[in-house]
Amino acid sequence: MSKHDSNKRKNYKSIIQDTISKNASRRKTKNNLITVLLFCFVVIAIIPLGSILIEIIKNGVGALSFEFLFEAPGSIGSGGGGIGPAIQGTLLVVAFATLIGAPVGVLAGVYLSEYSDSSRTFAYVLRLFNDVLTGIPSIVIGITGYITLVLTLGSFSILAGAFVLSIIMIPIIARVSEETLKLVPNNLREAAYGLGLPKWKVIYHVVIKGSKSGILTGIVLAISRITGETAPLIMTILGTSLFFSGFNSPVDALPLRIWRLASQPYPSAHEQGWGAALLLILIVLSLSIILRMFAQQRRITFKSTT
Amino acid sequence: MPLKESKYSHADLVQKLDLRTKKKSFFGDKFFKGLVIGASLYTLLMVALVLFSLVDGSLPIFVKEGFNFVIGTNWNAVEGRESFGALPYIVGTLVSSAIAMAIAVPISIGIAIFINEMIPKKMSIVLAFVVELLAAVPSIVYGLWALFVFRFWIRDFVEEPLHNSLGHVIPSFAKAPFGLDVFTAGIVLAIMIIPIITAVSREVIKAIPHSQKEAAYALGATRWEMVKAAILPPAKTGLMGASFLGLGRAIGETMLITLVIGNAIGLAAIPTSLFSQSQTLSSIIANEFNEAANDLHLSALIGLGLVLFIITIFINIMAIFIISRVSKSYSNLRE
Repeated sequence: MSKHDSNKRKNYKSIIQDTISKNASRRKTKNNLITVLLFCFVVIAIIPLGSILIEIIKNGVGALSFEFLFEAPGSIGSGGGGIGPAIQGTLLVVAFATLIGAPVGVLAGVYLSEYSDSSRTFAYVLRLFNDVLTGIPSIVIGITGYITLVLTLGSFSILAGAFVLSIIMIPIIARVSEETLKLVPNNLREAAYGLGLPKWKVIYHVVIKGSKSGILTGIVLAISRITGETAPLIMTILGTSLFFSGFNSPVDALPLRIWRLASQPYPSAHEQGWGAALLLILIVLSLSIILRMFAQQRRITFKSTT
Repeated sequence: MPLKESKYSHADLVQKLDLRTKKKSFFGDKFFKGLVIGASLYTLLMVALVLFSLVDGSLPIFVKEGFNFVIGTNWNAVEGRESFGALPYIVGTLVSSAIAMAIAVPISIGIAIFINEMIPKKMSIVLAFVVELLAAVPSIVYGLWALFVFRFWIRDFVEEPLHNSLGHVIPSFAKAPFGLDVFTAGIVLAIMIIPIITAVSREVIKAIPHSQKEAAYALGATRWEMVKAAILPPAKTGLMGASFLGLGRAIGETMLITLVIGNAIGLAAIPTSLFSQSQTLSSIIANEFNEAANDLHLSALIGLGLVLFIITIFINIMAIFIISRVSKSYSNLRE
């Protein structure tokens, strides 16, 4: 035992001597070189973002006009008309999806954070399925929407689109809600119980209301994710050049319109595609900035509660 | 003024009130718990629904083709000569994702290390935000940019030089480049998954106990030596999990691929060189779903969806298990 120890000590000693004797400046250069390399990685990752923003603004601003924003598309290749139905469709589909997805997601998050002690296995399965649901490719979820709603209702519709997008939203919202609800300090819960409140009132008035900004973060995150979602919409709302005309007919959406425009061979369609992309990215990036603001607000509230 | 005489005594009142609130809260609690459990069951139901609908929808094609559907290479929807095989698209998916991973994994882990360990906190917050913005850009916008801008960069600055200098030596570079091919698709996919892998890697690195880093510094390590000795070894599993999550995303990605991969069909979709056109499982579904010639064609596309579902589920579950093991390995470090 002691022999082993002394061996070890000797070993350390030689390592230390080795390290010191090594050329310090060479080690520093290596460190600096790698720092520069990693910085290059960051630049490589950021170049596409910069290029995308520049190209979208350069090519898209020309397309923007009153007509472009509010009118239906003209005949293919004419370059006239606008993307009014697509904007309207995106707003409607996302709104309906949020109506379904947000309550379900938040409540599932409440279960995971507040009730999971009563049945660990169920909570484990729920968490696993949540992760699985997050990982399912959106186009596969689109197929599900097609089979369950489009085929049974007999037509492409806004409902199928909203249903599909809500499936994408739920796990995101549930995950974020669970994490923020768990951050509420336990003594707040105990204080509320001490006042004689029943569990649901404690959860509603103290836990949920106390982490409002965190829950909103999750919802906005999910909205920004589904706003750009294209693949599942192909097989649920189909896309059309008409404005919303009822719950049993196809609607249009911005990402879908971009796809159709980009696939056409006409330069005028491409310009409109860039215009639509500019609009889409403005929506999504402003949502991200709102998220940032929520996150900062959250940090402040946590500081004051703990 | 004396209190009005009530027909109930004080104790009676308290008891009554107590009972009332008890009853009310009993109902409220039950109702709320039901609501919450209902929402949880709904989530479980959705996973089951996805699986059920895929199996149900793809039944006709599996009845007709059997296992040949998975290993076949034909893709013909013409009435009377229908023949559907998924293999080319499975290969296309794997190749494009492999290219994406080869580029994205080292870059993402590098960025995560750079942001977390190499620069001051204030700068790291700004950089992290920029990388997050990359994640916020919808894939259709990446696709548009790749189709009209990026593919020409790739063709002129990467593919043509490679083809001209090495084309006759290495068969991977043999095909004359066009810009819409599996190589471009892989690179754009890499750009798309970098923010995802970076975000998870940053979490993994952040969770390493500070004492490890301090110990390395105390031994006189430079920053990079600290990363090499105290961060990379314990974070290895977690970083692998992060990469798997990125892989799952890359395999399921659709819109971007349909725009840049060239959309070959059948045997032609098996890439023979880096610069050949191809097709992935998701892109062919997106391309043909609305133009399906007949029920069998539609069923074949749903079958492709099922294959895609199984591959991604497998990868994601692996990622989940790897990441869940990470916290355990960290607790060993703390002892």
